[in-house]
Amino acid sequence: MPNAKSGFFEWVFFFVKTYGPMFLKGAGTTLLIALTGTLVGFIIGLAVGYVRAIPCEKGDGAVKYWLLKLVRTLLGVYIEVFRSTPMIVQSMVIFYGASSVLHINLPYLLAGFIIVSINTGAYLSEIVRGGIQSVDPGQMEAGLAIGMTYGQTMLNVVLPQAIRNILPALGNEFVVNIKDTSVLNVISVTELYFVSKSAAGTYFKYFEVFFITSVIYFVMTFTVTRFLRWLERKMDGPQNYAMHGSQTVPDVELIRKGGAASE
Amino acid sequence: MNETILQVNHLSKSFGDHEVLRDVDFSVSRGEVISIIGASGSGKSTLLRCMNLLEKPSSGEILFHNENIQRPGFDLQTYRGRVGMVFQQFNLFSNMTALENCVVGQMKVLKRSRVQAQNIAMAFLEKVGMSAYVKAKPRQLSGGQKQRVAIARALAMNPEALLFDEPTSALDPEMVGEVLSVMKDLASTGLTMLVVTHEMGFARDVSDRVVFMDGGVIVESDVPEVVFTRPKHPRTREFLARILDQ
Repeated sequence: MPNAKSGFFEWVFFFVKTYGPMFLKGAGTTLLIALTGTLVGFIIGLAVGYVRAIPCEKGDGAVKYWLLKLVRTLLGVYIEVFRSTPMIVQSMVIFYGASSVLHINLPYLLAGFIIVSINTGAYLSEIVRGGIQSVDPGQMEAGLAIGMTYGQTMLNVVLPQAIRNILPALGNEFVVNIKDTSVLNVISVTELYFVSKSAAGTYFKYFEVFFITSVIYFVMTFTVTRFLRWLERKMDGPQNYAMHGSQTVPDVELIRKGGAASE
Repeated sequence: MNETILQVNHLSKSFGDHEVLRDVDFSVSRGEVISIIGASGSGKSTLLRCMNLLEKPSSGEILFHNENIQRPGFDLQTYRGRVGMVFQQFNLFSNMTALENCVVGQMKVLKRSRVQAQNIAMAFLEKVGMSAYVKAKPRQLSGGQKQRVAIARALAMNPEALLFDEPTSALDPEMVGEVLSVMKDLASTGLTMLVVTHEMGFARDVSDRVVFMDGGVIVESDVPEVVFTRPKHPRTREFLARILDQ
């Protein structure tokens, strides 16, 4: 163990050697929660965004109209509440709310999954709705015009395009989640930040430990960002089909909006 | 006279205060090729869009083989397969290849197997001269190519009638010909066609009947020779003089 006279790098080396496996385990937990939370949040976002995009006219029958209105209002409340409060506060309310009101002691990791999923779902709902609206209405009309139902056209035609359009925003959300899972340390989830805090507290060496921690966070987010860029390019495929060029190469870059949500 | 397939009675359509169609009566017989001409905003496209309920009529009825298509419980999905539509902006499904565009409707609506649907799709893509592009995505195709795939997509549903909503208006001039020639071929096969168009040559040479619309009403409806050479109504004369002058 280094002593009081030891320098910065000796301490860093010491922490990497001694706490290396713990850091890695914490980073693994961070990635696991971020990935699960983003995926489940995405599914929530798809469902909520889909419901909020259903066209709703008074002529459709009173029951359907009011039911849809009610569900939409509730979903709107969900989105607003979760976008307007910090995730660190949501963690406390959900975790301690579950134990003192519902008398359920949530396992820490499960609590982490739930909080990140619900939080991400709120952001992604709005992004999915924007993605659906960004798809040319002619696509839906064409689906209806060959006899497909609204749902069939949505599933086979509109949503795949909407998802492609919001992929950058989805990747962004994943990266944000990798960083933001650190707030879960307040409910003792042993993710990377929690592990770092414990290690640093033991030796009162905060700078050294959190230097290592930032490197780990950076490597994780940077790798994920690069991977997602690569995935997007792969999904787009080649621009041209035949040798003879066509003068109409529509704008693929059309909608990269959708993003701009969280942080 | 052949059997009437589609019958439109007292059809009106308003968007807010703006009345686009006023009490339109109109019928289509089997095998007929009808061109609907008229200035922009005369209600041609709205009439066409009402006929497959992409727009809900404000009043009036539309009968398909004497059955009201707005009746509750009417099988709208099957009907839309029977009366297909080709759009001005093509509206090919951007996330699918040319082949998939022609397959998905057959599988979802007609419940054909993938193999069967693909064979039928291939046959129609060949018919419109697009068989070399089956694996191309819409953004890799020119406007004329897209429209030909869109026609194949509609044909693959085995329709009784096809509605064409200004099928060549969004095309560059040199591509209009390839689409019109496909449509001419179709007309000669006896397919019932309803074509909203600004192509007066097509209206005159290919259609059995020309309908002139103005201000939301059908002003004149007759065989092409009569409409183009001795129109009865002054508004028709005015319109034709203006458009043929260009």
